[in-house]
Amino acid sequence: MTDLYQAQRAMRNMRKAALQRGVIAILDVGTSKIGCLILRFDGAETDRETEGVGPMAGQAQFRVIGAATTRSRGVRFGEITAMNETERAIRTVVRAAQKMASVRVDHVIACFSGAEPRSYGLAGDVALQDSVVTENDVARVLAACDVPDIGQGREVLHAHPVNFALDHRSGLGDPRGQIGNRLACDMHLMTVDAAVIQNLLHCIKRCDLDLAGLASSAYVSGISSLVEDEQELGAACIDMGGGTTGISIFLKKHMIYADSVRLGGDHVTSDISKGLQIPLAVAERIKTKHGGVQATGMDDREMIEIGGDSGDWEKDRRQISRTELIGIMRPRVEEILEEVRSRLDVAGFEALPSQQIVLTGGASQIPGLDMLAAKILGQRVRMGRPLRVQGLPQAATGPAFASTVGLCLFAAHPQDEWWDFDIPSERYPARSLKRAVKWFKDNW
Amino acid sequence: MQSLGRALPLPLKARRDPAPSRLTYRMQRLWLTPAFRIGFRIGLPVAVVSLAIWGWLADDARRAALWAGVDAVRNSFEDRPEFRVSLVSITGAAPELADAVRARMGIRLPISSWKLDLDAARASAEALDAVEKARIRVQGGELRVEITERVPALVWRTERGLALVDATGHRVAGLGSREDRPDLPLIAGEGADRAVPEALEILQAAAPLTARIRGLVRQGDRRWDLVLDRDQTILLPAIDPVSAVERLLALDQADMLLARDITAVDLRDPRRPVLRLGAHALAVFRGTPEVTAADASIDATTDATSLEKTP
Repeated sequence: MTDLYQAQRAMRNMRKAALQRGVIAILDVGTSKIGCLILRFDGAETDRETEGVGPMAGQAQFRVIGAATTRSRGVRFGEITAMNETERAIRTVVRAAQKMASVRVDHVIACFSGAEPRSYGLAGDVALQDSVVTENDVARVLAACDVPDIGQGREVLHAHPVNFALDHRSGLGDPRGQIGNRLACDMHLMTVDAAVIQNLLHCIKRCDLDLAGLASSAYVSGISSLVEDEQELGAACIDMGGGTTGISIFLKKHMIYADSVRLGGDHVTSDISKGLQIPLAVAERIKTKHGGVQATGMDDREMIEIGGDSGDWEKDRRQISRTELIGIMRPRVEEILEEVRSRLDVAGFEALPSQQIVLTGGASQIPGLDMLAAKILGQRVRMGRPLRVQGLPQAATGPAFASTVGLCLFAAHPQDEWWDFDIPSERYPARSLKRAVKWFKDNW
Repeated sequence: MQSLGRALPLPLKARRDPAPSRLTYRMQRLWLTPAFRIGFRIGLPVAVVSLAIWGWLADDARRAALWAGVDAVRNSFEDRPEFRVSLVSITGAAPELADAVRARMGIRLPISSWKLDLDAARASAEALDAVEKARIRVQGGELRVEITERVPALVWRTERGLALVDATGHRVAGLGSREDRPDLPLIAGEGADRAVPEALEILQAAAPLTARIRGLVRQGDRRWDLVLDRDQTILLPAIDPVSAVERLLALDQADMLLARDITAVDLRDPRRPVLRLGAHALAVFRGTPEVTAADASIDATTDATSLEKTP
C-alpha cells in the first residue's frame, strides 16, 4: 500500500506544481472520442467553506482556454488496446488544444472509463489517544481501515473517507476538534485494473506530459452532472459512453459506489451496421440523425435511405423505415439499461433516501431514452448535462462532455483522499531511525 | 434529364484529423516555451548581427578603412571655420616672457579648437619659472592667455650664479650681475630659497639697518646670519629670529652697538648675546699701547652681559 500512497502523493505534488504554474490539461480518454481541455487557474486558491477534512479541499478559480476533441483511436471499452494509435490521438488533441490556448502544458489530469472498476466499503475505528480528535487521529483511523483483498494486478484509484463516526454519533463530515472516545470511519475504495493504468501512463509519458492526477470517468461525470442536492440526498449517475456505461452513486456528496457496464453506444452502432449491412460510419450517422427508442405510428411512414457504395442499383437505393431502426436499437439500449439496473440492485440503490437517476454521456442523447429508462430504472430519471464552466466552448457543453467537465471540477477542487493525510507515525517506516538510535545506545 | 443525385449525402468520412508526428508535436511544444520564443525572436537576430559585424571587422584592412573614414568625417567637422583658432594673445606678461610662453606652448596656428589641449598648454606655460599662473581660454577664434608673472623679491647667490626668487622662494629668472638689481636684498647659503619667507620677515624687521645690510646667509639650512658692511655678522637664532633682530636694534639704538669695532654679534642664545670685538677694540680692551682715547671711551664696559645691564 505504501507504493500506491507514494505514487498518489507524487501525483498530488505534481498537481500542486501545475496549479502554481497556473496551467493544467484535462485529458478524457474515451472510447469514441478523446477530449482535451486546457485550464488556466487565475488567482490564489480562495478558502471556501469546504466539506472535507484534508488539505486538498480548496477552491480554485479556473477558466478553459483551450479545447479540442478528436476521434478516438485504439481504445475499446475505455481501455487502450493499440498504444501507438492512442498516443497519436492524444498528441493530436493536445496539440490542437495547445494551439488554441497558445500555451504549453506539461501537466495533465486524465480519466478513463474502463478497467473494470470495483467498489469496496471499508470501515475502521480507533480509540482516541486524547479526547479531542486531531488530524493525526483522522490519519490513524484511515490507516486502521482493513483493506480487503483487491486481487492480483489491481490498483486503488480512489479512496475517499465517506463518513466519520465519533462514539455513537455518525454522519460527521469533519470530526476534527470534537470530543469523544472512539473514532470510526467509512471509506470508499475503488480499484481498477493496473495494466490499464500502466498503458495510459505510458501513452501520456510518450507525449512528454506528466500525469498530475487520475480519475475514473464514472466518478467525474457524477461530479459534473449531479446537482448539489442530488449528491447530498443520494443519486446515481449513468454515464453512457461509447464503449462503456459508467455508474456512480453519490450520497452526502461522496461517491459511495462505482461500477461500469461494458456496453455502450458503439454497440448500438454496430448492431445497426450488422442489421442493415451498412458501414459503421453510415450506421453512426443514421443513429445520430434518425435514431430513437420509442416507436410511434408516424415512424412507419418515415423512410430513411441507407444507401451504399456498391454500384448495384438495388443495394444503393435501399430504404428502411424509422420503425425498423428503432427495432434494432431498442433491444440493445434495453440491454444496457437492464444491466445498469442489475448493478444498481447489487449496490443496494433502493436503500437510498432519494433514488434520483441521471443519464448523461454521448449515448444518452437518443430520443426517447428517458421514457425507456423510466420504465426500467424507476420513475425518477432525468437527463443530465454537465455544469457550466467558464470559457468552455459551446460545442463542448453537451452531455457527451460530462466526464471532461467533471474532470475540470475534479482538478480545481478534488475531494480528500486517503493519501492526502500523513501516514500516522506508528505506521511510518521508522526502522532506519530506530536503528540509528539503537546504534547510539549500543556504542555510547 | 433528371439528376441522379444521391438521396443520402455521401457516407461521411470522419473529419480529417491527422495526428502530428512526434517531431512536429515536440517542435510545437518547444515553440510554445516562452524562454525559447524570446531566445529565438531576440537572441538569434542579435547573435547573427553581432557575428556578421565581428566577421566583417576581423579583417585588418577593413578595420583600417573604417577608422580612416571615421577620422575623415571627424576632421572635416573639426576643421570648420567656426572652430578655427587663428590668434594667440598673451596678456599680463612682458614681451620677452610672452614670446617665451608662446614658444613654450608650441601651438601652430591656425588650429581647430577641438584639437587644442588647453590643460597641456596651461601646464607648459606654467612650467616657465617666471609665470606664476596662466589662464587660457578660447574666445571668438582667439586663444587668450592671461599670465600672472612672478615678482622677484630677493636675489639668491649660489655656486652656479645669481638668481631672482619671489616671495615664496620660487626661482624667477637668472641674473647676470648683482648690479642689475641693486634694489633687492641678497641671500645665500644652502637651502636659502626654502626659507625665503623667514628671510623677508627678518629684512622687514631690520629695515632701519637697510643701508648697512649686505645680505643674509643661511647657515646649515637651519638659521640665518645677517651680514652687514664692515664685515659685521649678526648670528640669528633658528627659532624666532625676528625678535632677536628687534633686540639687536634696541641695543644698537641704546648703545650704538653696531657703530663700534665689533665683528660679530651672537644672538643665538637669547639669554646671553655675545660680542666678538675687532682687533683694535680688543687691543684697547686689553690695555695695549696703541689704543686711542676715543676708543677707550667706547670700550669702558667689558662684557656683553654688562652691556645689557646698562640703561
